[in-house]
Amino acid sequence: MRLGTHIYSTILSIQGPLLFLDRVIEARMSEVVRITFPDGHQAEGEVLKIEGDVVLIQVIGESRGLDADHTQVAFTDAIKRAPLSLAMLNRVFDGSFRPIDGRPMFIPDRWAPVSGLPLNPVARLRPQDLIETGVSAIDGLNTLVKGQKLPIFSCAGLPSREIAAGILEHARAGATDASGGSGGSVVVFVALGLTFHEHAFYRQALERMRGDSVAFINLASDPVVERLLAPRFGLTVAEHLAFEQGRDVLVLVTDMTNYCDALREVSAAREELPGRRGYPGYMYSDLASLYERAGRIKGTPGSVTLLPIVTMPEDDITHPIPDLTGYITEGQIVLSRELHQRGIFPPVDVLPSLSRLMQRGIGAGRTREDHRVIANALYMHYATGRDLRRLEAIVGREGMSDADKKMLDFADAFEHEIVHQGTVRRTIGETLDASRGLLARFGLVTPQPAATGGSDLKE
Amino acid sequence: MNGRVIGISGPTVSVELAGLKLYDRVTVGHARMTGEVVRIEKGRSIVQVYESTRGLSVGEPAVATGTQLTVRLGPGLLGRMFDGLQRPLESLYAEFGPFIQAGRESSRSWIARSLHFVPVKKPGDSIRIGEAVGYVEEGPIRHHVLADQAGVIDRIREGELDPQSPVVSLSDGRQIFSFHDWPVRVPRPYRRKLTHFEPLVTGQRCIDFLFPLARGGSAIFPGGFGTGKTILEQTIAKFAQADIVVYVGCGERGNEMAEMLDDFTHLADPWTKRPLMSRTIVAVNTSNMPVAAREASIYTAVTMAEYYRDLGYNVLLLADSLSRWAEALREISSALEEMPGEEGYPTYLSSRIAGFFARAGAVETLDGRTGSLTMILSISPPGGDFTEPVTQACLRTTGSFFMLDTDLAHRRHFPAINWFQSFSLYERDVSAHFEERVSQEWSALRQQTRTFLQKEASLREVVEIVGTEGLQDADRLLMKTTEEIRRNFLVQNAYTEDAFSSPEQTLERIRQILKRHAAASERLEKGELLDNVLKERA
Repeated sequence: MRLGTHIYSTILSIQGPLLFLDRVIEARMSEVVRITFPDGHQAEGEVLKIEGDVVLIQVIGESRGLDADHTQVAFTDAIKRAPLSLAMLNRVFDGSFRPIDGRPMFIPDRWAPVSGLPLNPVARLRPQDLIETGVSAIDGLNTLVKGQKLPIFSCAGLPSREIAAGILEHARAGATDASGGSGGSVVVFVALGLTFHEHAFYRQALERMRGDSVAFINLASDPVVERLLAPRFGLTVAEHLAFEQGRDVLVLVTDMTNYCDALREVSAAREELPGRRGYPGYMYSDLASLYERAGRIKGTPGSVTLLPIVTMPEDDITHPIPDLTGYITEGQIVLSRELHQRGIFPPVDVLPSLSRLMQRGIGAGRTREDHRVIANALYMHYATGRDLRRLEAIVGREGMSDADKKMLDFADAFEHEIVHQGTVRRTIGETLDASRGLLARFGLVTPQPAATGGSDLKE
Repeated sequence: MNGRVIGISGPTVSVELAGLKLYDRVTVGHARMTGEVVRIEKGRSIVQVYESTRGLSVGEPAVATGTQLTVRLGPGLLGRMFDGLQRPLESLYAEFGPFIQAGRESSRSWIARSLHFVPVKKPGDSIRIGEAVGYVEEGPIRHHVLADQAGVIDRIREGELDPQSPVVSLSDGRQIFSFHDWPVRVPRPYRRKLTHFEPLVTGQRCIDFLFPLARGGSAIFPGGFGTGKTILEQTIAKFAQADIVVYVGCGERGNEMAEMLDDFTHLADPWTKRPLMSRTIVAVNTSNMPVAAREASIYTAVTMAEYYRDLGYNVLLLADSLSRWAEALREISSALEEMPGEEGYPTYLSSRIAGFFARAGAVETLDGRTGSLTMILSISPPGGDFTEPVTQACLRTTGSFFMLDTDLAHRRHFPAINWFQSFSLYERDVSAHFEERVSQEWSALRQQTRTFLQKEASLREVVEIVGTEGLQDADRLLMKTTEEIRRNFLVQNAYTEDAFSSPEQTLERIRQILKRHAAASERLEKGELLDNVLKERA
């Protein structure tokens, strides 16, 4: 603890959002500093590195207007924290947690460090309670459960926002959920580097929503560094609502690609060694420090479920951003340009999509007893049909056996009747009934759950 | 010795502290966070800190402990979950709540106390280092208490273990406890390495039959995300024929560890019918836990595994995933501003990996027993590209390689082990064992299976052009058979009873498939129509 505030104006150099300060006594790693510009306005900064008495500071917000002679830097002796109170519900903030909805800032009950603390793996409750999104391709084949982190991998121009907005409006915890949160669900919406147009779209979706929400909005024109901060505010708020207030919190972050680009920009400014495609080598750990905050805790009712949206640069799933995301998250929902072009909405490609926590979230007592069997059968036959499309392109439909033609028709029907649903929402029961009907129509016997594995994948 | 913090950069801290040696353990800051000296310069040393350095201030104290980073080895390890520095996570949860705070040490010792110690030596006996002085029964195994120093026994105490009092007092006053500490970066000694290999049965048909593993061997399986690395690791951890399993969750998901813990406390070991957790030790450093501790976690785990090897057991070490360890190494190297090698990894990446693999093996212990340490390591290559440095470095030293295939995974063919690219160098050594134990047909059937799968691949290329209709009947039959091999033999559902298949069941299953094929091709040759033959088979 320091007795007084330390204020310095010993600036060595300024490089983009970075400030080197000389002759500093006892700076703290990640300490928040208040920077007073020569024209009198203030911004915050954070200590990134300390070498003896030289301190590297990252300016949060615009660094234009800084100079080496008159700028003052005050050290606060504290790391970055988020204000917490239930009064933040249904408010809209910017990437620095300032209200932008025209109402005054609330009075916080307490403050919590934004970086959060790692959750003890022993304290984690195994996620297994369904969240119904109303989207068949997700509920039926890639089921989402409370406490999961499931990203949507999109491509430029695909309707990821419409899907996200639909989930926001309609998602509900499964009816069979016994542990249920106390005060209903809350959506924490974090917008990173959005255009004004996209932002307006989401604002409307949030207004249509019935439940509570908290929004953090960083627009494309807002400071890059705030893009790194906004999701941490969002998740700190989410942890508070979930684990202290017992709410089921759904955190929607869009677009993680903008987050990673911000991370790269800041890393390059710090002259760090670049990794793949110029992204810093610690991007995996950094993304994990966000994604891993999803989860549930034993003996606590709430949950944090994370739905990040990732736009794959060049539609490439091996690009570092979707790649590292996929390694951390528990599955992924992959959107396909081809399906989109064929007018299918939502254009979810179920083959590369996956929900790792689905196994425990479905079946008797959770969704329906036949869920697993139906999902496996749909998947299996659709994969066969998709494979045959390649063959069809070479030998033509005429050259194929009747059995093969049937599978081709099945794949088409699956895409048009199960994946495609327009703006209609289906309950999990409706999804399974429709799937069962489709399988029956093609004479594909719904396989019995068998004791021997592999055979439940059999035709 | 006391000094102070003079600089902080990510997970590394520079301290001004005299008398430090490389790899000494240092505690840093008021929170007393643990770190290791990784570089010494004139006037300052750089410490890799195993906790988040957020909030640490320049000027805070740095204290030398005079020891290296060690783990404690003794009865009580089994069934526990530790972090990367061997802090018991259950105790931390009970004492400090669900979130892990920097520098918190549990006040409870996990060393077993209620076990009955039975001496095998008596006063007057002289003992060597590594020799058993007695034993306790710990869960499924007899846990020998090894001497960590040599001398002549003055007193040896039978009865309940007490971590505070020694089990043996030597004539010169030194004492031997039921546990001892060992530096994690130093391989534990043994008398000699053995060169013969016995099979390590995993219960996975594809592995046991096509790419068998050997006790004391090593295996890697690289695969892109969604190819089922973790499921495969955990399935092997459940069913492998090993006495002790040490599982390291290195930089992976927290929810997975919760799942595993849940499963392992409820499931039984198929070999001994005891709860799986009673033969398992878990070391976990999830991806959001401090990165430097992730680097240490695999050493913590391998040292615990070596210890059980030295007690004369067959130990299986599973790490998920080695790539996260390598990335931690890269992150620390970059904070130290070292000259980077390929893709930013330090140039010593491959020698560190080779050194780690060298800790696997079947050995004759200092006490004359036979023990083995087998390693199965998963790798997460960026973008699923196997040309990256970690996979390549491992390929130079590993004994088996299971390539996990994204295409197979997309077809929900699990385990998604590619049968053309994978290999096992132990195949020849362990085949003899399988032929002796299971059936003389073992190798012949395997060769036939391989040939069929190979043939199918070339037939597929033909089918791509002319369609299935254009194939000869014999070839169409072969395609049907290989489809059956793939779906009913190679595919193994980890969520059903089929998750484990004994070598006998494995052989029987493939024998039946190949027998049906032989019968069908005989009928074809006699002039029957393929459709008839296939109809009856179905």
